[in-house]
Amino acid sequence: MRRFAVAVVAIAIAALGAWPAHAGGKKPSGAITVFAAASLTESFDAMAKQFHKKYPDVDVKLNYDSSSNLATQINQGAPADVFASADADNLQKTIDAGAVTPPPVVFTKNRLEIAVEKGNPKKIKGLADLQKSGLVVVLCADQVPCGKYAAEAFAKAGVAVSPASKEENAKATLSKVSIGEADASILYVTDVKASKDTTTGVKIPDKVNVIATYPIGVVKESQNATAAKAWVQYVTSKEGQKTMRKFGFLPP
Amino acid sequence: MVGLLQRAPWSELADDLTDPVVRDALRLSLVCSAGATALAFVLGLPLAWVLARTELPGRRAVRALVLLPMVLPPVVGGVALLLAFGRRGLVGQYLDDWFGVRLPFTTWGAILAEAFVAMPFFVIVVEAGLRSLDRRYEEAAATLGARGFTTFRRVVLPLIAPSLVAGAALTWARALGEFGATILFAGNLQGETQTMPLAIFVELQTNLGGAIALSLVLLAVSIVVLVSLRERWFPA
Repeated sequence: MRRFAVAVVAIAIAALGAWPAHAGGKKPSGAITVFAAASLTESFDAMAKQFHKKYPDVDVKLNYDSSSNLATQINQGAPADVFASADADNLQKTIDAGAVTPPPVVFTKNRLEIAVEKGNPKKIKGLADLQKSGLVVVLCADQVPCGKYAAEAFAKAGVAVSPASKEENAKATLSKVSIGEADASILYVTDVKASKDTTTGVKIPDKVNVIATYPIGVVKESQNATAAKAWVQYVTSKEGQKTMRKFGFLPP
Repeated sequence: MVGLLQRAPWSELADDLTDPVVRDALRLSLVCSAGATALAFVLGLPLAWVLARTELPGRRAVRALVLLPMVLPPVVGGVALLLAFGRRGLVGQYLDDWFGVRLPFTTWGAILAEAFVAMPFFVIVVEAGLRSLDRRYEEAAATLGARGFTTFRRVVLPLIAPSLVAGAALTWARALGEFGATILFAGNLQGETQTMPLAIFVELQTNLGGAIALSLVLLAVSIVVLVSLRERWFPA
């Protein structure tokens, strides 16, 4: 009898030990869809792999586009669980529409850089050089965060640039430089870093640079809020932040 | 369609439509789709002739190639165009070096992209028209002393006019709606390459009402053309 009691206690202790660290909620499982700014492509791809190691039962699907496009889609009822935006405005737009649960959590920051062809053959040194005639400059569209930030930087520097095209998101803009169709563009430091085989970055001095803020939030109608919250928690955790740093993002 | 009409911000429609962005986009859409149709006519008519009337070896391969853009996702077409006619492209680098011609980010680039995607419609319809044409008309013209080109101009063309118009209409409609190849190859700049579908796409990101207004304009243009063509060329 006594032996039996000991066994019961032992089993109970073992069970307690196996109790997951995030006690209080169900263990995250199932699938989640994360809508993320295009500039997060590489970092979130890596993040998803690590997240999957920690939560093998959760399947993370990532959908990248301009934050403004994602915000419109979420407000129109797109089946997203998490929204990570490249600016505060677009996340606020979804909160105002009642689609995302406040408050937004800023999880990282980013800076702008001039992206030029590898080796900088046009010898671009700063924002003012982008005004040179004959130079093909491609920017993000005004509606998209990276386009908005670039306009801010130009305004700060007192520079007026006439672009050849305004692309739909950061990665589309970057691709025009990396395939050699455009000579220069204004992008995030992280985009340039991610494509260092084909593009070179030219630093923009702090006083005319713009800091991009990246907030994240859980979508109200999420069918899997547990896993969605776990994703947000992971991104803001020490491990997640290490990944963001690795890809060149700044601490929040 | 109903969704579009139901969500239309009718009261702000007038403001949205007089916006310079809308005006430029509408003008560019009309210019580019007309240009693409003209290009399809000039390149497509000889092609259709070759496909319908000659016994050229490799004709089947040529036809498959000509029709490929019809089934190819337009985005892939855009990438292909960029690799061919881009600044570093197969043909594009020589266009740039020798003539200083650059197609990407220009209205000509948008026209080329639209023509690439839409021309198969012209070729396929006109080829069918040529095939169904009774060749005795041409033989009769020849016995009366008409040379090849005269016969083509005075006899064949008038006889296949309905095919030409139907083909051109389909081509034009396809060009009007072209998005993927255009945005990839020609980029997106107001007044230069931003056609209606591109403007709608960009506008949708921040201004749903504006995007709906633009969509309605495109819808109206399409309906007007369809109705006028139907009465003239496709009587019920």
